[in-house]
Amino acid sequence: MKWETVFKRVLWIMSAILLVLVIGILVTLIVQSMPSIKSLGIKFLWGKIWDPVNNIYGAYPFLIGTILTSFTALIISIPFSYAIAIYLGEYNPKGWLSNLLKNTIELIAAVPSVIYGFWGLSVLVPVIRSFEAKIGVAPYGVGVFTSSLVLAVMIIPYAASLGTSLIRMVPSPLKEGAYALGATRFEVIRSVILPYTRSGLFAGILLSLGRALGETMAVAMLIGNTSAIAHSIKDAFFGPGNTMASVIANEFTEADHTVYLSALIELGLVLFVVTVIINLIGKKIITKYTNN
Amino acid sequence: MDARLKVRNTKSIVFKSIIIFLAFVITIPLIIILLYIIKQGVTQVNWHFLTHVPAPVGETGGGISNALLGSIIIVALSSLIAIPTGILTGIYLSENATTRLAYYAGLCVDILQGVPSIVVGMVVYFWIVKPLGTFSALSGSVALAIMMLPIVIRSTEQTLKLLPDSLKEAALSLGVPYHRVILKVIVPCGFAGILSGIMLSVARIVGETAPLLFTAFGNPYLSAAITKPMQSLPLLIFNYATSPYDEWHNLAWGASFILLMFVLLLNIFTKLITRKWNIQL
Amino acid sequence: MEHSVISASNFNAWFGDNHAVKDVSIKIEKNQVIAVMGPSGCGKTTFLRCINRMHELVPGARTEGMLKLYADDIYTMNPIYVRYKIGMVFQRPNPFPNLSIYDNVVAGYKLNGLKIPKVEMDHIVEKSLTSAALWNEVKDSLHKKGTFLSGGQQQRLCIARAIAMEPEVILFDEPTSALDPISTSSIEALFHELKANYTLIIVTHNMQQAARVSDKTAFFYLGELVEFDNTRQMFTAPKDKRTQNYITGRFS
Repeated sequence: MKWETVFKRVLWIMSAILLVLVIGILVTLIVQSMPSIKSLGIKFLWGKIWDPVNNIYGAYPFLIGTILTSFTALIISIPFSYAIAIYLGEYNPKGWLSNLLKNTIELIAAVPSVIYGFWGLSVLVPVIRSFEAKIGVAPYGVGVFTSSLVLAVMIIPYAASLGTSLIRMVPSPLKEGAYALGATRFEVIRSVILPYTRSGLFAGILLSLGRALGETMAVAMLIGNTSAIAHSIKDAFFGPGNTMASVIANEFTEADHTVYLSALIELGLVLFVVTVIINLIGKKIITKYTNN
Repeated sequence: MDARLKVRNTKSIVFKSIIIFLAFVITIPLIIILLYIIKQGVTQVNWHFLTHVPAPVGETGGGISNALLGSIIIVALSSLIAIPTGILTGIYLSENATTRLAYYAGLCVDILQGVPSIVVGMVVYFWIVKPLGTFSALSGSVALAIMMLPIVIRSTEQTLKLLPDSLKEAALSLGVPYHRVILKVIVPCGFAGILSGIMLSVARIVGETAPLLFTAFGNPYLSAAITKPMQSLPLLIFNYATSPYDEWHNLAWGASFILLMFVLLLNIFTKLITRKWNIQL
Repeated sequence: MEHSVISASNFNAWFGDNHAVKDVSIKIEKNQVIAVMGPSGCGKTTFLRCINRMHELVPGARTEGMLKLYADDIYTMNPIYVRYKIGMVFQRPNPFPNLSIYDNVVAGYKLNGLKIPKVEMDHIVEKSLTSAALWNEVKDSLHKKGTFLSGGQQQRLCIARAIAMEPEVILFDEPTSALDPISTSSIEALFHELKANYTLIIVTHNMQQAARVSDKTAFFYLGELVEFDNTRQMFTAPKDKRTQNYITGRFS
């Protein structure tokens, strides 16, 4: 009798610790960013200059960098994610070829991010550099565009695997109804499957976006780490930049005074809150979708 | 009429071709990356490479023994922390799905799954590195354990939820007390599912770099002291890949090859287990 | 005075607000086969699960009234001891998939951490499997997994598992509803032999089965125990109108 109670108590405590852990993460981030919040205020978020040497901190370059890389990557990845989801979900849901493709896509997510970064640095950067020279922009090689390309590949599996399972869940009477009216396969996909799975596919994109926003290593290795704002849109896109995650990775251990360190943590706090919200919305949509 | 039908059919076929093209073309970058790393890395790996620490700049030779040992120690320590806690929490979630604590704990799992790994590293820096006054393998392990937790919890929860109630009833009707029912019947029956979740989580964290940057930090020497800075494979790859020296790049390629092989093998094993036991994760 | 094996007086059970068993009073005597029948949702399974205190494991479940094993109040005993003394066999065969046939039979001992010498353990396994009419079929594959057996064999394995604990009473919750006719008849034949050593309480929705195997039959309707009598009496001359309606097929 006693052991039973002890065991149940232990299970309860373990779950409670999880709550403490997550609250602890949030509280730590808030407490540690207090010096920066106090001395820089809310205008920290749109301050355009990040110059630790002169004690000026503005997050704007990193917000722009993060949004630019993540959304470029997302836009590149969507056609592929959708294509994989439609192929594995509708055209070819079973068999060895389907399994092979599915496992290969999952492998993309399994390769460590630092390896993508290393490969990008030694193979992709020279290619991009010559490409940039051809189209007449400064040939850095590294930069927002390069990071986005690698990032796009890295985030495909998240939207693709969710999309696949959602498309497989479309009730066949719905599809058969359309076929019975003489619809072609393309028409069934366009007017039955895609509308039916729209919110779920959107949730998959949110999960991919969450990944892209928080991805650190590959981006930190490929983005060029410049905290200055580019002069033109072309430069902002092809030239070097920085994201919230990459600036933290590069400068955290060098931050030698309180406000500098604290400003970096505030970036972390923003990143945490944004990714958590995006993920939770995505998960909410999925639960709602799969329950109906 | 006939002409319109033809157009519609052509449209359908064109669409299908585009889909197939897009779906398969994306495997090309992956294959290129894998082949490139194998090509660059496999020539580096030999016994000397595995048993020596990196050579200083300007000297040839050297290996990655410090990173190998470091990765093993850090991952083992993380598993030691995350596996028992994760399994117990997973049991709680599957057994008490309707309680308020389960709701919030489930929410926390979702949150942890989405936390950027760099943020975890930053937080653990304040929890452990600062109080101890030094970077340490221990702090790195805690950071990685936090990354492992949600995967272990979810896989345990999902596996146990799939087991039929009749199993639990059979054991209870024999007068077996609750904790023994769970530990001796339910968990062993879900063993394969839990194991594959654990392997997946190990595969995930062994390549994590960002949480280690401000915790384990890296160390050019062989060290097994968990309260001191420690090297790990991904840290070594990051540091040497971004260095300007060719010898160091070669070390990083060798390390990438070993890390990649380990991760791929773990994934394949997990696949085999889940297929053999027919588990959905 | 000799006590009945199981006796209930004014026993009630609830699932949340649902009053599933209403004021049941019954006396069950030793070494008899009791059939409990009634339309589905009549409380027969709930009553069965109250006898070995499995009912209380459902969230929101509640009981009231007296339920005794001989002279002891089941609801003041340790539930674990109750379940040692009152075994149970379920609707679907549920051998432990992670255990061998041998370990399944002695699961009650092993899972409870009771240490028994190997020789005695072997003896228990052989005796229980023999009583469950399974020994000859599995004696050469005792260390294979129990899940490879056929449905009927699995159910007999579950019976052996219950017998191994040497219970006073064995509860059967529709034990043949998931089985084919041949397996069913072999289990029914087993009831007659088990009667010599145990008291059997069998919930069934199959009237023919109740008539074939039991000494006495209890008829439940809407949570009440309507009638409890000798099986032959019940099927030839029921006292209550509702029983008559049921056995002549006027419900459902």
